[in-house]
Amino acid sequence: MNQYPLWKYLLIGSVIFICSLYALPNLFGEDPAVQISPPYARDVKIDDSVREMVAAKLTELNLEFKEIEMTPERLLVRFSNTDQQLLAYTELLKALPGYIVAQNLAPATPSWLIALGAKPMYLGLDLRGGVHFLMAVDMKSALVQDEERYINDFRNVLREQKIRYRGINRLPGESGGIRLSFSDAELREQARKFIAKDYSELMITEFDGTDDYQLHLQFTEKALEENRQQAVEQNITTLRNRVNELGVAEPIIQRQGTDRIVVQLPGVQDTARAKEILGATATLEFRLTEGDMQAWQEAQSSGRAPVNARLYQRRDGAPVLLKRSVIVTGDQINDAASTIDQRSGSPATVVRLDSKGANRMLETTRDNVGKPMAVVFIEYKTETSVVNGQEVKSRKKVEEVINVATIQEAFGRNFQITGLTSAEAHNLALLLRAGALKAPMEIIEERTIGPSLGQENINQGLISVMIAFLVVMFFMFLRYHIFGLIANVALMLNVVVLVALLSLLQATLTLPGIAGIVLTLGMAVDANVLIFERTREEIANGNSPQNSITSGFDRAFTTIFDSNLTTLIAALMLFSFGTGPIKGFAITLSLGIISSMFTAILVSRGIINYFYGNRRLQRLPV
Amino acid sequence: MFNFLHRFDYNYDFLSKRKIAVAISAFLFVVSLLAIGFRGLNFGIDFTGGTLVEVGYTQAAELENIRTRLSSNGFSDATVQNFGSSTEVLIRLGIHEEYNNEQLSNRVLEILKDGGVEVQMRRVEFVGPQVGKELVEDGGLAVIYTLIGILIYVAFRFEYRFAVGAIIALVHDTVITVGLFAVTHMQFDLTVLAAVLAVIGYSLNDTIVVFDRVRDNFLKMRKQSVEEIVNRSINQMLGRSVMTSLTTLLVLIVLFLLGGELIHGFATALIVGIVVGTYSSIYIASVAALALGINRNDLLPPVKEGADQPPQREIDQP
Repeated sequence: MNQYPLWKYLLIGSVIFICSLYALPNLFGEDPAVQISPPYARDVKIDDSVREMVAAKLTELNLEFKEIEMTPERLLVRFSNTDQQLLAYTELLKALPGYIVAQNLAPATPSWLIALGAKPMYLGLDLRGGVHFLMAVDMKSALVQDEERYINDFRNVLREQKIRYRGINRLPGESGGIRLSFSDAELREQARKFIAKDYSELMITEFDGTDDYQLHLQFTEKALEENRQQAVEQNITTLRNRVNELGVAEPIIQRQGTDRIVVQLPGVQDTARAKEILGATATLEFRLTEGDMQAWQEAQSSGRAPVNARLYQRRDGAPVLLKRSVIVTGDQINDAASTIDQRSGSPATVVRLDSKGANRMLETTRDNVGKPMAVVFIEYKTETSVVNGQEVKSRKKVEEVINVATIQEAFGRNFQITGLTSAEAHNLALLLRAGALKAPMEIIEERTIGPSLGQENINQGLISVMIAFLVVMFFMFLRYHIFGLIANVALMLNVVVLVALLSLLQATLTLPGIAGIVLTLGMAVDANVLIFERTREEIANGNSPQNSITSGFDRAFTTIFDSNLTTLIAALMLFSFGTGPIKGFAITLSLGIISSMFTAILVSRGIINYFYGNRRLQRLPV
Repeated sequence: MFNFLHRFDYNYDFLSKRKIAVAISAFLFVVSLLAIGFRGLNFGIDFTGGTLVEVGYTQAAELENIRTRLSSNGFSDATVQNFGSSTEVLIRLGIHEEYNNEQLSNRVLEILKDGGVEVQMRRVEFVGPQVGKELVEDGGLAVIYTLIGILIYVAFRFEYRFAVGAIIALVHDTVITVGLFAVTHMQFDLTVLAAVLAVIGYSLNDTIVVFDRVRDNFLKMRKQSVEEIVNRSINQMLGRSVMTSLTTLLVLIVLFLLGGELIHGFATALIVGIVVGTYSSIYIASVAALALGINRNDLLPPVKEGADQPPQREIDQP
């Protein structure tokens, strides 16, 4: 009676063994480390030469390091204390220009555990310090930009198709759209046919004006959805590149919901700089100028520009007319770097275009040698204005011409922009390298945790878990004696299983998550309490000890199952709606319920069967 | 002192005092509702939007000085208070439209550092107004969905009257826990909301355990009245209820004392919720189920047709 077959013991044993193995990495702590990754956008890999350079530099500084790990993506140098790490960081930053050097805490998990795929839990920002941003993508501006791009396109293709149009512009009003106007219905019909054939993403409605024939174009719902997707995805890519520039170890950048992006930067303290780089929505456009100085002055005084041109301001406030068609935009830039112009000795930014941009640039410059070309710098800023006593936030597009230069010769893929200060050249290079944001973004939530607070949170969390643990064990022993001790063993294993599950899932451990673990500890004994109470009852009803064990376990099972499942429902609901801290709490709570069912029912039964099963017992120590 | 630890044969007549219990509950419930309705909750910035900055000074901070500096720089709505110790200060601000979100926290830190004292940034939280609105909606929905999910499960496993009883107990526990936050004006933030949802889970756990025993006893005790059966069931489960609540409560008290400032609200809400939840599983849930008229026949397993014949085993031919 009360015997588990051998396979059951083996099963329980192996589950516990495997869980212990995967919980193990959490005991090794972390090494302060410096991480070196290759610069973005140049196809450079980390190789032995970088490794040797770093090793030589450290030897030269007399800096002891634990080890250097190398993968093609990064080089990691581990140190035994933070002083060494800081010194190495500042020195390597100087020694490796162009490479991204970042301070990092690298898990000190032994390699045999890593080979098994065992990793420590991922600590949330509230435990390690760092910044968390939630950003909202401004879809309205993205739509406006898309429509402007289409308008540009139509200008070119309608001319190529020899379809004469009278005007093309954005429809005023909330819903937006594009308006094409023609002088007769014949031309309009030609244009309609052509657009319907090649632009399935646009809905076309015909509209007769007072003296013209119009086509109104709107994006279909499907196209809008695709644009939204694309905007968010491109922004994520851009943010990744910018974060790389910041030199952050292990950043997290994820989409959340339809138009939100979460950015987490562990260990970053200079939030001002982080915000500046992440939020900057700058891009460039290259356009040819229109007319001469005189025409520019006239346009400024009259406020009217010729049909095919727009009036821009230069940095010094001087006017300039630029052609409406854009040669190359910022998203066709592959790489950029700040440099010193050889001829004039002034700061400059070197730009490299992708093949599409290079072809356009080559065509344009070949046909326009000797004519001036302008570089327009575009930035989005949020402005608050008061309208009818209501404060209204609006995004403003600030465009300024940073440089007008004569095209000396035809060029394509590589060229440089002059007329900048050295800081500007540097920042512009950074922003161009990191790509343009497809749509402007706004930070709608920010949480920054200083490193000292993170350390405090971890310490307090650990102390709470320990003390809670002791308190629970003490009371279980008091009430259930030897069986209480068995329940305590199950409880300890419960924590091991829980930690192993959290590590395996690479769930993020947060302070509320630790609170969830503590709460689980209190509730986990409930299953054992139910079983032992039932066993006592059976004994009081005059059953034999062995029978009491059996029925205690069997009859408590339905109760445990029902009560735990309902709690699990609540935890899953928490998980489904929650973000960040709530999710962390829900994860630990649900995993805690599952692991406590396993340990309280199977493990404690196994121990009891092993020691008490199949014997003649006078009484039970419960 | 530890007498209760060794007893397990209780025989209190719980249900005879149910009028008093229901009166107390009704009173607390109404007071809570009124407090929530008229006094309102002191929502944290998670819900209202706004900015929170926690800084550490090397010596005791001069709160008055910080207040003046902030208000002379256009932050007249700032609340400044000590947080956990005299060297740590918590500053809360409402929504400031004149600043970009990204500039606001920087600005506050600048103002604090202006006096030339050493200030250490410990924590900055900024929540935009729309995020807070969404949270209120999502949080409310989560509670409602949770209740519906539980109602369905309990109705399916037991019987609808039990389910209604369980839900009444849950609403009772939730309202009284939240009511306490309204009466005391302690801050109600995201962690407190998580705690309230955990209270729902816990209180339910307690209620189900009692109901499970009631169901058991209906099948066993054929002669007694419904009331006697419920009373007996509560007594049988009392040892367990006290033990589990006690361990959980002790653990939460540990969290409250050692878990740090950030966990205070969470621990408080759960401590209240567990006390109320344990009490409601004894009185409110069973009394509600009684009042709805649970009876033995509802819980008897349905008699299957042909149950008197031995079941036909089907053997699959491989």
